[in-house]
Amino acid sequence: MNLLRAALVPILAVVLAIAVGAIIIEVSGLNAFEAYKALYDGALADRKGIGRTLEKATPLVMGGLAVAFAFKAGLFNIGGQGQLVIGALFAGAVGYGVTGLPWIIHMPLALLVGAIGGGLWGMLAGVLKATRGAHEVITTIMLNFVALNITDWLTSKVWREPGIIVRTPAIEPSAEIPRWSQLPTGFALAVAAAFACWYLLERTTFGFEIRSVGLNPEAARYAGISVSRIVILTMAISGMLAAFGGAIETQGVVGRYEPGFNAGLGFNGITIALLARTHPVGVIPAALLIGAMEAGSSMMQFKADVDPEITQIIEALMLLFVATPILVRWVLRRRETSDISVGAHWGDA
Amino acid sequence: MDDPITQSPTNDPPALEAVGICKRFDTVVANQDVNLRIGKGQIHALLGENGAGKSTLVNILFGLYRADEGEVRVNGRPVRMNSPHDAIDHHIGMVHQHFQLVPVLTVAENIVLGHEPTRGRGLLDLDRAATEVSELGKRFGLEVDPRATVEDLPVGMQQRVEILRALYRKADILILDEPTAVLTPQETDHLLEVLRGLAAEGVAIVFITHKLREVLAVADRVTVMRGGRVVGTTTPAETDQAGLAEMMVGRSVVLRVAKTEARPEAGVLEIRDLHVRDVRDRPAVDGLSLVVRSGEIFGIAGVDGNGQRELVEAMTGLRMSDSGSILLDGSDITGRTPRQISQLGVAHIPEDREKHGLIGPHSIADNLVLNRYFRAPYARRGLRQLDAIDNEAERLVADYDIRTESIGATARSLSGGNKQKVITARELSHGARLLVASQPTRGIDVGSIEFVHQQIVGQRDIGVAVLLISAELDEILSLSDRIGVIFKGRLVAIADAGDLDRATIGRLMGAGADAA
Amino acid sequence: MSTLTRYRWWFVTAAFLVAFTLFTAEFQQPQTTAVLAATLRQSTPLVLGALCGILCERSGVINIGIEGQMLMSAFAGFVVASSTGDLLLGVAAGIGCGMLMGAFLAFLSVSLRGDQIIAGTVLNIAAIGLTSFFFQQGRSLPSGKTSIIKIGPLADLPVVGRVLFSNRPLTYLTMLLVPVLWYTLFRTTWGLRTRAVGEHPSAAETVGVSVVRIRYLNLILGGGLAGMGGAYLSLEAVGSFERMMTNGKGFVALAVMIFGRWNPVGAWGAALLFGYANAVQTQFQFRGWLADDPQFIGMMPFIVTIVVVAGFVGRARPPASIGQPYSRE
Repeated sequence: MNLLRAALVPILAVVLAIAVGAIIIEVSGLNAFEAYKALYDGALADRKGIGRTLEKATPLVMGGLAVAFAFKAGLFNIGGQGQLVIGALFAGAVGYGVTGLPWIIHMPLALLVGAIGGGLWGMLAGVLKATRGAHEVITTIMLNFVALNITDWLTSKVWREPGIIVRTPAIEPSAEIPRWSQLPTGFALAVAAAFACWYLLERTTFGFEIRSVGLNPEAARYAGISVSRIVILTMAISGMLAAFGGAIETQGVVGRYEPGFNAGLGFNGITIALLARTHPVGVIPAALLIGAMEAGSSMMQFKADVDPEITQIIEALMLLFVATPILVRWVLRRRETSDISVGAHWGDA
Repeated sequence: MDDPITQSPTNDPPALEAVGICKRFDTVVANQDVNLRIGKGQIHALLGENGAGKSTLVNILFGLYRADEGEVRVNGRPVRMNSPHDAIDHHIGMVHQHFQLVPVLTVAENIVLGHEPTRGRGLLDLDRAATEVSELGKRFGLEVDPRATVEDLPVGMQQRVEILRALYRKADILILDEPTAVLTPQETDHLLEVLRGLAAEGVAIVFITHKLREVLAVADRVTVMRGGRVVGTTTPAETDQAGLAEMMVGRSVVLRVAKTEARPEAGVLEIRDLHVRDVRDRPAVDGLSLVVRSGEIFGIAGVDGNGQRELVEAMTGLRMSDSGSILLDGSDITGRTPRQISQLGVAHIPEDREKHGLIGPHSIADNLVLNRYFRAPYARRGLRQLDAIDNEAERLVADYDIRTESIGATARSLSGGNKQKVITARELSHGARLLVASQPTRGIDVGSIEFVHQQIVGQRDIGVAVLLISAELDEILSLSDRIGVIFKGRLVAIADAGDLDRATIGRLMGAGADAA
Repeated sequence: MSTLTRYRWWFVTAAFLVAFTLFTAEFQQPQTTAVLAATLRQSTPLVLGALCGILCERSGVINIGIEGQMLMSAFAGFVVASSTGDLLLGVAAGIGCGMLMGAFLAFLSVSLRGDQIIAGTVLNIAAIGLTSFFFQQGRSLPSGKTSIIKIGPLADLPVVGRVLFSNRPLTYLTMLLVPVLWYTLFRTTWGLRTRAVGEHPSAAETVGVSVVRIRYLNLILGGGLAGMGGAYLSLEAVGSFERMMTNGKGFVALAVMIFGRWNPVGAWGAALLFGYANAVQTQFQFRGWLADDPQFIGMMPFIVTIVVVAGFVGRARPPASIGQPYSRE
């Protein structure tokens, strides 16, 4: 009952967004039914499609988790993209640069280094917020641009594969995350991460402190919780989550780091986190949905001639419907406007 | 209810009239069939406990809330009150309990806001505004510098700005919501005089308060509210303090707290020459020293904004001090974190319970262990022990008579009094050495006030040192064993409770040691 | 404090930058002129974005969606101008589009009382999605971009003439808007009411100022300014539309607003500083510095933004009520 109630708004948002998407497709003179049918075929009809969906969904789970986790402390991490590319590049560097290790050590080591790299990157925004009062929305966006430049530079100057193409060398087999009959096992790692986040938030004192800071930072401070510490650690963990997604992508899908890696993920993370109503486990179905849309979009273009960018519009619509309280109020007939507030402490020193 | 006394002497229609007002917030009935009539030139006191519905009623009269049922009449004619704009058009002015002033703007800007003098085409004429404000102040005995920035003014001055703002709009009906809560007794006397002067010029005044003394001193008529309804209307001549109190609460009330002689022992808290700055980096606590002994209640009297908040924050580790030291049982706790200080046995009932005392969306259980969730038996190796938390919460809910359906309900769903009980239960149930209670009964109902007072005295009797900070002089006088008066960040007098009378404290609160 | 002492650091900074420019340009007039002219050009969209931010935040609403407003308006302006061939219509379309988005932001954050940051993020994401979907390669402006207007003999003055009096129309208009907005914000009833609403909305409401009305007005006008900034990018700076062409300028504009202490004139100064940081890249290339590592030049404005937002160069109090949805009851 509670689950249904919680899921009602996201489900309505998705249905509405798909309906409006259909109208846009029809208005452009194409067949919406055909388009959605092709989308389904490309994403879910066979094992290959499902594999593609899971593959796409993996970094989305992690990106959604990064946003949802930070939300719990009242922080809005828009820097998922920057944290992800740093994680992906570092994992790639360890993946090709370190040789002679057995798989059981090399694979997790590369994941770990990637996650720590992105964690430190996220932590930077946390430190700026905790010590200087710089709002994380601006700093994480700026850090995205900086991270893209830095990874570009590292890829083209330091860890470059000899040749014309700017990219890192392929990772060693001992760093690869294997597939299991066409299905990417990295997805299982992402699911495990989601449950770990849920456990951390709900069952540990650290998670309680994070939630307390998110709900009322002043009262948390009065209760003896160090808000600065929580802000810094939460941003670090959030960054690690996004970076972990990048590392899985490098080690399980791409096999190396290339510039332009997974562009646009950061914003999907927000949509997913809100569709999940910031619940870590809810992130999994939300990411699967978006992942399926991405996985099927090329089939949609091929069969129904619909530009794959339509998925971006549908995602923006989902975000709009799920983020605006009008739906919530209409469905739940409650006075409460929103369960998420990140704007209230803008500019606090 | 149409008794002849309600009519003003000249048989004019009443200046302001509320007829059958009903107002609900979700499930809470704030006003139920409320009737009120105020004649021209009358001072009409509206008396009631916190939560009795007074504020809701005046907010409806002023157009801030819309009534679900009933109507408002001005000079006998029904009027539509959809916004304060309508109220202002009908020459109704209001002085709010929480001042509705923009801190960064000047006095003149605040007063003219919304009705600005212009040089045509929307261009402000601030010089004219300043002149008009000065003249208005002189005429009514409410002088204030029109070019001063409001946030730099003391509260008494800010209140003048509020009153002037209403008069600038030519208000002939003036509503004042708890205007004396922030004033010293002397400032209160001056305010009451100003009000009498206004009434003599024909202004109808609605005066909201819960202080019986003021009602008897100034009101022509009194309407008492309880639980959202009007209990009755009377005049000061027909009643006395006890009678009004009984109408207000619905039972006879003991006006004094029962307590035995204090038996103080060794000093627990010692503060030496403490200096603390406020948010805006101005000196707030300025060389304050005091000692609080085990088994006594030390009350700090003073007008809000004289360094009380910064003192408490420095003592509890929430604010850095510039210099001086704070000793707890002889060891220096200056610069320790809030957590360390709390662990050393300092309990803290903060001034702002919604903002600082509770995490509203958390459950009552979580709020009851907010100062000890991190240690056994509530947590082991970083994992929360939910059974232990629930057991403790059940125990405290029973012991402290917290009225709730379940310990899993959110703290914000509780009433003000019950919220304060949650905080009190949490802070007093873990063996404190020192209790710092800041405005512990602000805005709660009489039953809860009695309960909180009993708890504070009970702590004293088991040997806890209590530092009580309150802007309510009555609370200080009835609870304290010793009293310090704070003025501009230092204690200008410290004496045994019996050695200071109300008037002396009032003078010290208003002007420091020079006055006494 | 006299104006001179209050703004002494601005004067010192400006003097330093001019000296630095002269040095890097080795006292050659053309290079100096080029850097200063580029500074002004680069600052224009930032000024407009920051003015939008000022109008919104002074009335108490955070606008994190400036980036989206600019992107969408750049697109709308370009589409209208390229299909009608009329640049003026294009600019009008850009401004109108920005105003519409401003109204939408007001609807989400003022009427529905949603979280302001999330509402702004919705604008940003929607703008990326819509412009990417509807953008068709190969369109162009039949009349080219807006043309340079020389202001009579003033344009012939050395250095100053090229820099100040030989610009394109939206650049002039922006320079004009700065003092106009300063005046309205601090000298008119509308400005006083805006500031009151941003600081203490319930105080404004109790004296009969409608918080909702003021916020709608400011968000729509602000949206128009951001829209003009978008039109500037596609119709005046570049002459075509490119995907994600705002490239973070909407966010940098917020830093400009903070650095300028929510004051139009201050924001103009701050924008010139940011514009200079961009313009100097050309100088770096001219000198052959960091030619192999363009990434380090590319990230400069973003790092400067972080430094500014983190308040390493002084800070001011933002309007007190920003971020909090206002409700009367």
